[in-house]
Amino acid sequence: MSTATELIISTLIVLGALFVLLGSVGLARLPDFFMRLHGPTKATTMGVGATLLASAIFFSVQDRGVSLHELAPLFFLFITAPVTAHLLAKAALHRKSSGDTSGQAAQASEHEPGQH
Amino acid sequence: MMRAVLPLPRVSLMVFVLWAVITNAASFGLLVLGAILAIVIPLLSRNFWPTPRPLLRPWRGLRFLGLFALDIITANWRVARQIIGPLHRLAPAFVEVPLDLRDPFIATLLGSIVSLTPGTVSIHVDQQRWVLLVHALDAPDPQALIDEIKERYERALKEIFAC
Repeated sequence: MSTATELIISTLIVLGALFVLLGSVGLARLPDFFMRLHGPTKATTMGVGATLLASAIFFSVQDRGVSLHELAPLFFLFITAPVTAHLLAKAALHRKSSGDTSGQAAQASEHEPGQH
Repeated sequence: MMRAVLPLPRVSLMVFVLWAVITNAASFGLLVLGAILAIVIPLLSRNFWPTPRPLLRPWRGLRFLGLFALDIITANWRVARQIIGPLHRLAPAFVEVPLDLRDPFIATLLGSIVSLTPGTVSIHVDQQRWVLLVHALDAPDPQALIDEIKERYERALKEIFAC
């Protein structure tokens, strides 16, 4: 494996890990439920995407044959991640509208940052 | 005859390609097994699928996938900066995007695309009023976001699937 390929692969892995970290930082830092939903979408798209791309390049170079396994988890993540976000958001909206004050969604409705 | 064996040709193609990808198309036997699955799975599950829309412009579809990938990358950078930066400057908002398309499956597709692009999550597709409810992490100008979603994604989907 040439240094250039190694460099590309390691850059992609670090980039992927960085975006997964950023997704988690978003989850921890953002103030309300709906804003927090935005964290994980970043992690699934760029984070997992870059990591899987690195894996595809690594195994294609090492085994001297194109490795396309990695496309499958990417595909499954891309079709399931929006469904998860959608269900979480729907559940939060439902709790908000039914006046349940114990949940996080209700807390979110009490202070909405940015909408002074 | 063709319809009896392959009631959903696009689903069959997808199952076959996915099978080939998962197994890395390692041997001829695995490809034969993939072909059998590509025939049997759509036959067993055909009642669950919505009526498929004709895919009018497959090449436009591929170009759209490229554009979508680029959008994901640029939006990721933007949202990354927003997450690290000062949070009080963000203007989160619920935005209602009025839809021109009238197909539940394509509307779901649009919703998924909006969710996968960082910074926006689609929350609800109202099929009475045909409105897509979107939550945006930072939308100081909601109208600009509506225009962007309609211009970039909805119009392309309408062209690709003819609806």
